[in-house]
Amino acid sequence: MAKNKMAMAGLGILLILILLAIFADVIAPYEEVAIKQNLAMRLKGPSAEHWLGTDEFGRDIFARIIHGARVSLKVGIVAVGISILIGGSLGAVAAYYGGKVDNFIMRFMDILLAVPSILLAIAIVSALGSSLFNLMLAIGIASVPSYARIVIASVLSIKDQEFIEAARAIGANDFIIITRHIIPNALAPVIVQGTLGVAGAILSTAGLSFIGLGIQPPAPEWGSMLAGGRAYLRDAWHVTTFPGLVIMITILALNLLGDGLRDALDPKLKQ
Amino acid sequence: MKEKLLDIKNLTIHYITDDGVVKAVNGIDIELNKGETLGLVGETGAGKTTTALGIMRLVPNPPGKILSGEINFEGNDLLKLPEGEMRKIRGNKISMIFQDPMTSLNPVMTVGEQLAEVIQIHEGLSNEEAIEKAKKMLELVGIPGARHTDYPHQFSGGMKQRVVIAIALACNPQLLIADEPTTALDVTIQAQVLDLMKRLKEEFNTAMILITHDLGVVAEVCDKVAIMYAGEIVESASLEDLFENPKHPYTLGLFGSIPNLEEEVERLNPIKGLMPDPTNLPSGCPFHPRCPKAKDLCKIQVPKTTDLGNGHKVRCLIYEGLVEA
Repeated sequence: MAKNKMAMAGLGILLILILLAIFADVIAPYEEVAIKQNLAMRLKGPSAEHWLGTDEFGRDIFARIIHGARVSLKVGIVAVGISILIGGSLGAVAAYYGGKVDNFIMRFMDILLAVPSILLAIAIVSALGSSLFNLMLAIGIASVPSYARIVIASVLSIKDQEFIEAARAIGANDFIIITRHIIPNALAPVIVQGTLGVAGAILSTAGLSFIGLGIQPPAPEWGSMLAGGRAYLRDAWHVTTFPGLVIMITILALNLLGDGLRDALDPKLKQ
Repeated sequence: MKEKLLDIKNLTIHYITDDGVVKAVNGIDIELNKGETLGLVGETGAGKTTTALGIMRLVPNPPGKILSGEINFEGNDLLKLPEGEMRKIRGNKISMIFQDPMTSLNPVMTVGEQLAEVIQIHEGLSNEEAIEKAKKMLELVGIPGARHTDYPHQFSGGMKQRVVIAIALACNPQLLIADEPTTALDVTIQAQVLDLMKRLKEEFNTAMILITHDLGVVAEVCDKVAIMYAGEIVESASLEDLFENPKHPYTLGLFGSIPNLEEEVERLNPIKGLMPDPTNLPSGCPFHPRCPKAKDLCKIQVPKTTDLGNGHKVRCLIYEGLVEA
């Protein structure tokens, strides 16, 4: 994968974001900078003191973006983890046992698929109340069906291939067949979809926060920063532009990484 | 007297589907001694592969079902063994080579790992030891050991089949079932792979069931031949007996359809008609609709196996003396 410059660029951007998120407190202390209001400094443009300017309460936007990265990246990764775990196992079970089990699981997935995922997430958060964990759960559950579909398709195509029969013919038990032959072959599309899914989850979090169901103020989150700055778009463009740009760059980086991973996981493209 | 390795009696395997019962294998008997090679010959759909899967107990179930019979291997009936015991036999005492080397290797594992896998399953070696043995096996089939870190797609078809052969022979099995091992390869590579199998088989003193529809391959490799038609073995004999003195009309038809090098012929001389639909086999002798010597009795009476002596067995009413040739 090292040869794929675009994927490496994506990985680099992500690493920078992750490092910024990890050292957010060192760069800009949460209490003093990220959530402390300073009305005298309201809606100031970018300057040496505030690199990306200040928002409508005079808080440093750069500080809020790096603290927001903690939330966004965590939600993105955990939500995708939840959906891969639930969706993946449901899909694998359905593909493996087939028949009625398959029918039951997949018709349930079809019902979930019929509801737009953002609407489903809104419904789950409103029902459970808005907390960080519920947010991750809601976004995770909302994308379970797509992972179930991917896993069922790839397991189905793999389990009837001759090398699975050949593995049986050398005396491998089900455990070896599933863990060494089926999963590694079924994984590539899931990993690719996963990296793209992190981007989707970050967008969903931003969306939910934008409508007030996500992260509650004053905690910084990219989507709620967008929502907050929207009213001042005419006078203070930087309040919405920078969080928006960060969302865009993050998602671009994840997509580049996802494409690179897809190529890297295909042994036929390995040198 | 040679030691008997495999003794199949009255094996019947059907596939039970919504569209009817596919009678793939109908009461076949096979005997094989240690170190011997049996050629199992027949057209597509004659039940050759199902027989092989039956011996490995890998007939996909559902829809496949082994209805009756015994498969005695080294004195145990494989059909009565619990699944766990059967797993210890597969790949260890009985190995199988599949038809298409392109698809019988896992694309995301290196060939070394795949070879090491079978060695580890049955011999409980450490990773390093298994890889070492894997390299040796690769050398044995004529592939440089250093290539054990390569993936299957980096090998040509013939080399992949060598890898498959190496996997099959890694645990020094008593019986090797080769299901059309050379069908997917081109003719020059076929000869190489057959030579390799023949050499290794003699080196390891492995018995082999070679499934094929190529009588030329049989003549080159086998000691005994069994001709299958519609799930039955219609004729079985030693190689010389069968090639010099074929008895069953179907076997005669098979030989008749091979063009003669010395004669100029306008058209080939095939057996007329097609293999019967296995869900709806003809009454009486399953070959009667295509048999040039068929009489009325053939439509009614199912032929029994007639022993012509010297292990030459044939299933035809002519040799029971019921129908005139």
